[in-house]
Amino acid sequence: MAEERVPVLETRKLGISFGGLKAVTDFNIQIFPGELVGLIGPNGAGKTTVFNLLTGVYAPTEGTVLLNGKPLNGKKTYQFVEAGIARTFQNIRLFKEMSVIENVKVACTKDLHYGLFSASLRTPKFWKTEKELTEKAMSLLEICNLADVAELPAASLPYGRQRKLEIARALATDMKVLLLDEPAAGMNPTETAELLTCINTIRDRFGIAILLIEHDMSLVMNVCERIQVLDYGQTIAAGSPAEVAANPSVIAAYLGE
Amino acid sequence: MKSKTSRGYLLNTVVVVVLFIGFQILTSLKGSEGSFKLVIVPSIWQCCYLMVLAASLNLVLGFMGQLSLGHCGFMAIGAYTAALLSLACERAGLFENKSDLSFLLVLIASVLAAGILAALLSFLIGIPALRLKGDYLAIITLGFGMIIINIINNLPFCGQDGLAQGSAAASLYKNGLGFGSKAKVQFLWFALVVTILSLTLMFMFVRSKYGRAIRAIRDDEIAASASGVNTSYYKVLTFAYSAFFAGVAGALYSCTNATLSTSSFAFTNGGILNSTFVVVMVVLGGMGSLTGSVVAATIMFFVNYQIKNGAWVEHLPASVSGVFEYPMLVYALVLIIVILFRPKGIFGSYEFSLQNLIPDIRRARERRKAAKAERKEAQAHG
Amino acid sequence: MNTFFQTLIVGLRLGSIYALVALGYTMVYGIIRLINFAHGDFIMVGGYTMIFVMPLMLRLGLPAWLGVLAAIVVCALVGMGTELIAYRPVRRKGTNMTALITAIAMSLFLENLAQAIPAIGPNPKVSSQIFGNGGFKLGTVTMEYTTVITLVISGIVMLVLYAFTQRTRLGRAMRCVSEDKAAATLMGINVNSTILLTFGIGSGLAAIAALMYMAQYPKVYTTMGALLGLKAFVSAVLGGIGIIPGAMLGGIVIGLVESFTTSYISSSMADTFVFLILIVVLIIKPAGILGKNVGEKV
Repeated sequence: MAEERVPVLETRKLGISFGGLKAVTDFNIQIFPGELVGLIGPNGAGKTTVFNLLTGVYAPTEGTVLLNGKPLNGKKTYQFVEAGIARTFQNIRLFKEMSVIENVKVACTKDLHYGLFSASLRTPKFWKTEKELTEKAMSLLEICNLADVAELPAASLPYGRQRKLEIARALATDMKVLLLDEPAAGMNPTETAELLTCINTIRDRFGIAILLIEHDMSLVMNVCERIQVLDYGQTIAAGSPAEVAANPSVIAAYLGE
Repeated sequence: MKSKTSRGYLLNTVVVVVLFIGFQILTSLKGSEGSFKLVIVPSIWQCCYLMVLAASLNLVLGFMGQLSLGHCGFMAIGAYTAALLSLACERAGLFENKSDLSFLLVLIASVLAAGILAALLSFLIGIPALRLKGDYLAIITLGFGMIIINIINNLPFCGQDGLAQGSAAASLYKNGLGFGSKAKVQFLWFALVVTILSLTLMFMFVRSKYGRAIRAIRDDEIAASASGVNTSYYKVLTFAYSAFFAGVAGALYSCTNATLSTSSFAFTNGGILNSTFVVVMVVLGGMGSLTGSVVAATIMFFVNYQIKNGAWVEHLPASVSGVFEYPMLVYALVLIIVILFRPKGIFGSYEFSLQNLIPDIRRARERRKAAKAERKEAQAHG
Repeated sequence: MNTFFQTLIVGLRLGSIYALVALGYTMVYGIIRLINFAHGDFIMVGGYTMIFVMPLMLRLGLPAWLGVLAAIVVCALVGMGTELIAYRPVRRKGTNMTALITAIAMSLFLENLAQAIPAIGPNPKVSSQIFGNGGFKLGTVTMEYTTVITLVISGIVMLVLYAFTQRTRLGRAMRCVSEDKAAATLMGINVNSTILLTFGIGSGLAAIAALMYMAQYPKVYTTMGALLGLKAFVSAVLGGIGIIPGAMLGGIVIGLVESFTTSYISSSMADTFVFLILIVVLIIKPAGILGKNVGEKV
């Protein structure tokens, strides 16, 4: 049964070095549709670098990223998104001066098939596309509980809601894999709990795979089905939360020898 | 939602058409009067190309957040293309008089050709240049602007000191698309139509996926590409779209002149047309507001005109009017003061809309009231 | 072959002036990441100061070039004034782009202010001879003393500046501020005064550049700094902005390109080739010849 499943996202011997420094080496992961996988590790272990490799921000010096079995070598970031990998950022990167709903709409740009001509002359096609776009954006905002602030500038939202807006924006790209880079960083327990519900709703509703970087160990242990642990750019453990928690090298990496 | 928008469009169209007709009537009534013919109409012509120029730079500078210092180079290309094309058409005998219908066609073709050539060139420049960001982009566009001027200067048929010296030795008034004061009145409608069309097209551009994409690039380029926006494509496209209208502005500019000289487009000249002056207009009006650019272009033109020709300048003390002999000094000061005290310009990113005018005013008043109340409360507490 | 060497020398002479000016750009850019468009106009300020001071020097029986000391002081003051009045407030409030626009405005302001001052006016002024005439022969090529002096002074200034930034406490503070302002503050460095000092030194260099420029071309006018400054900035970018040896290298390259285009192609196309070189280099190596590419952190 398990052999028949095709991983939606897979990496083979992924690695990158900056100058002489090997930031990530021999990184292998397989994520299946609907799975929630955690990527953990101490500070500077290379987690965000892995995300940058998985989204084409950095070009790997070795290995490949495959989406549904197709390699994504040499593609640019926006092509990774078109293929179906979306992400959020550790330090929130919203379009600050744009409204909340526009932030979501931007992420749909690639799916809007009208040209300069239609846009200039406001053809019926333009109106139809824009109307559908507004509806889609609103429904995504509702999922993330942001519908009431749709017209406000993104920068005016409180921290927790900005994080959610980033998720909504990523969802708007219609991805198959969602990469969340420390979504709960800087949140209080209530906000974190809300976020968890949101993540679960998203997974159930869209049936997507989620890869999560997180420092909050309890969060990772609670929600992730599988966990992979990085240290100094190398995978030191992988498995179920219980297995990982009991792994001596993980404990060593986190607590120091 | 949609009916409201279409009502807005209808309202705008009606108002524009009514204004335009009113303007035509005014022109036909007053067309022969001295001050109208010699002062007001030429001023409107100048305002027209300045508006289009400022708005087109705003697309790149304000909406996309990329500083381009070579914008007047594209205007120069437009001006020379339109002028040379009209001169060539006259030589080929396509038109004899400015009242011919064929002249109108040549005029339209010249304006379009000006825009298209500027856009094509900016496309070629944009592909390598827009890979750079910030200061580097500023300096590389400045370089391209200078190269364009330098090359035009060295083309035998453009002439070192203007068209009149080149092999196309001819006066634009007599043989090309240049309009003398009488023809300026006669063709005022053309300038207005071109300006309104250009502004409308740019407005449509920023209120579509294109505008959203480039504003996203301005706010955060990495996040934009991580949201699936092909950033290089939208950057180059916008650059070319903006250059198209700079070219159109150039064509309008050549319509108002007897001859052209590259020195009027150079980066470091004291005139109204250098790239810095355009930057001043955009910053003053508000980066990211086409309304702002239009208003700022008008204000800057008016100030420039008053400083140079205003009767009231003579009544000022000599020390003040002495400063006015160097208008660039005034603009530089204006620019510094605006950036220091109102870095978002007059309008920020606000766009004027007839339909929302009243609600906007009401909201602004409420906001002011709220701010006042807050201040009072703070005082009471403090 | 004779033309070739003569062109080479002209290029070196021109290039060493560009290099001197470029050093000022690079210092300021290195510390606050701002193209100080007004830097070219500091040269003009230095030039006029010397025009006014040199007769005084001659009357006192001192050599004319000593006027450069007064020019250094005036330029440094103007530079620091610009930073205090215009750049610092904008840096606090605005973005990179507004800062750059302010710099352009400052440049226009200085140029036009100079024109509005009655003692200066729009017409060029001719300076007196600064260094002795003559030169020595290298084979068939004449090497003028002025050229040699310019080259030597540029070299010395570069070395001193390099040593200053590498070895002294203040120089280290500068490099610290340029890398990370917040961290520099935490280390007890007064960021604002360090930036002010950088402006002082950079603008002082403009006075030396003005001296060398006037030694070659004894004419001073209000827009003399505009194109000179622009090309010097191009040199700085070409070599890798923020890098002191890069400014020197870029200056020499631009000088050579200009002189060779002038004598072998066409004098009116010289500017085109200068900018073309810049464009080609930036496209191949966006951070300049000696620059390192630093990507944005995600």
